Amino acid sequence: MSEMKKIKNLKEFSTSADRFEGANLLCPGCAHSIIVREVLNATNDDLILSASTGCLEVCTAVYPYTSWDASWIHIGFENGSTAVAGAEAMYKALKRKGRLKQPDREPKFVSFAGDGASYDIGFQWISGCFERGHNIMHVVLDNEVYANTGGQRSSSTPIGGSTTTSPAGRVSYGEKQHKKDMLSIMAAHGAPYVAQVAPNKWKDMVKKIQHGFSVEGPVFINAMSACTTEWKFLPEDTIAISDLATDSLVFPLYEIIDGRKLNITYRPKNVIPVKDYLGAQGRFKHLFKPENKHVLDEWQARVDRDWEYLQRREEAGV
Amino acid sequence: MADKMELRDVEVWDGNMAASQALRQVQIDVVAAYPITPSTPIVENYGNYLANGYVDGEFIMVESEHAAMSGCIGASAAGGRVATATSSQGFALMVETLYQASGMRLPIILNVVNRALAAPLNVNGDHSDMYLGRDSGWIQLDAYNPQQAYDLNFIAFRVAEDHEVRLPCMVHQDGFLTSHTAQGVKTLDDDTAYNFVGDFKPMNDMLDLDHPVTHGVQTEEDWHFEHKARQHNDLMTKVLPKIQAAFNAFEKLTGRKYNIVETYNMEEAEVAVVCMGTSVETAIEVSNELRAEGKKVGVIGIRVLRPWPFEQIVEALKGVKAIGALDRSSPNGTFGMLYNELAGTLINCGEAKVLTNYVYGLGGRDLTKVHLREIYAELLANAEAGKPTTPMQQLIGVRGPKISFH
Repeated sequence: MSEMKKIKNLKEFSTSADRFEGANLLCPGCAHSIIVREVLNATNDDLILSASTGCLEVCTAVYPYTSWDASWIHIGFENGSTAVAGAEAMYKALKRKGRLKQPDREPKFVSFAGDGASYDIGFQWISGCFERGHNIMHVVLDNEVYANTGGQRSSSTPIGGSTTTSPAGRVSYGEKQHKKDMLSIMAAHGAPYVAQVAPNKWKDMVKKIQHGFSVEGPVFINAMSACTTEWKFLPEDTIAISDLATDSLVFPLYEIIDGRKLNITYRPKNVIPVKDYLGAQGRFKHLFKPENKHVLDEWQARVDRDWEYLQRREEAGV
Repeated sequence: MADKMELRDVEVWDGNMAASQALRQVQIDVVAAYPITPSTPIVENYGNYLANGYVDGEFIMVESEHAAMSGCIGASAAGGRVATATSSQGFALMVETLYQASGMRLPIILNVVNRALAAPLNVNGDHSDMYLGRDSGWIQLDAYNPQQAYDLNFIAFRVAEDHEVRLPCMVHQDGFLTSHTAQGVKTLDDDTAYNFVGDFKPMNDMLDLDHPVTHGVQTEEDWHFEHKARQHNDLMTKVLPKIQAAFNAFEKLTGRKYNIVETYNMEEAEVAVVCMGTSVETAIEVSNELRAEGKKVGVIGIRVLRPWPFEQIVEALKGVKAIGALDRSSPNGTFGMLYNELAGTLINCGEAKVLTNYVYGLGGRDLTKVHLREIYAELLANAEAGKPTTPMQQLIGVRGPKISFH
């Protein structure tokens, strides 16, 4: 195995590699580009990448340009995981047959996909890849909405979110379902490593990505990706919104090793109320009307309950 | 390195075994597959060769046919030899990815064991699935028996992997009628077979770590047309000469001769049926009998469905007065596919032809010699009259009142 990359500080980290170019068409303030750079910069190893159809894909490989200085493939909305799994299988086959051009190098295989391409349409493909144990990392850029098609709900959209297909209106408070718990589902596949990360906690993210690259088998990373366009906040506030998410425990940072051992990796010193996170985004604005108070209450109760549950799982150590 | 397998000069193989033996002999690097009747034994056999050391590639049993082709695309882009097999609903599920494979110019080989499409559910052979892929940018070769299923796989790899072509290729055979019917198949020894196809030569592979590449980019109105036009141009202009060259080389190696358009009893033929798959062999038999009776009837077998061989078909049909296009798929609202292709081809050939569409054999229904005799009798009457004497579209062998359309 190759040595883990040593990273001293944020300044060095942010300029340490440029396999994902700043030249792309993503919105100003989009967390996707921050996450992708953090993932790619976590390693010096060669990379074989795929992207599922989505914002990241359409904004970074518009012919005749590409923002990627690493081999990259896009097939469709649903099958980015299987594309990179196919490449990983070819790597194994050619290695065994002695036909690799650079036999002494061990590339990492990573698929990037949005929550739609992971929680919904691509779920079957990811599940298949994980069950078969491909040595790949699947990174979800989880912005909790179909942003590339203009803001429709996905099964990652949290309760009360107003989207174009779950709009808030006179008689509706928006999305009715709770966000799908993908981490538990993926951990239940027996994956050697699954983790939830956020771009504002970059050291935590790098540690988890490096852990993911160091294990043999499929790794699932769910990265919270704040979306200025659909969450409705100012482009300069991406990291501030991410801080609110992690400090309110709406988006807790934790990892599950070998499908069972859960570690909480970030405990906010001062846990802030969920409404502080919700109130900072236009998509939840309507929840602050008196008639929707029950949704705010449900939000807080659920976050409290989930945090309690995570801590108990961590304590139990099984 | 994989072990060699000793084969007899003639083995008794069904079409599935023949195809899987070819996949073994060309030493596929990655197979990603999902089972579906009647193509399942192709990948089962491959798994068996793997379990016994006769191949040493990677075998991924994925969770669907869509994933099978997705895995094949990723593997092929990574730079190695890739193949899989499917049928019917599985083929239908794959269709989205078929376009992606050809658009990325990846030389994947897909063995399609043709079968009807549901509903109603049916596991038997017809050509309905094959036509779902006809605009997908793949080369499509058609085998009529196990020998051809074996031989055409070698042709497929040689043509698809040619750097001037770089397009995926399907090899079709009829479900059960070919895939599960054992016949004597003349074999090639492992080295001869492998050398006919040769080593895989990657181009723009993702695993060349010093030269990263981007596959499957986004193009809109500014570039999409150019890419599709180039793909179409290469399919139309480069593929048939390459197939012909591969046929010639294969004949030199084995003595077995293939043509882009197969013609039987076409010397001074007045009428001909145009067909695909196992019905070609039945039609040859009937035309032999009718020739013995002094009737000038012939058979045209479509060996290459895509690219459609316009010139060869016009040439083959020179002097023929009446033609029957035999379609083994439900036309569902228009003429059969072969009829449409022939009509489009013949409209500019300068000869008046009477063209009739016969739809037969759906869901595995037999096409009998009696049926073919009736068809030839009608075509001969048409030829003599110089015009259609029967309805333009007829459904052969359907119970109940005769179904036909003018």
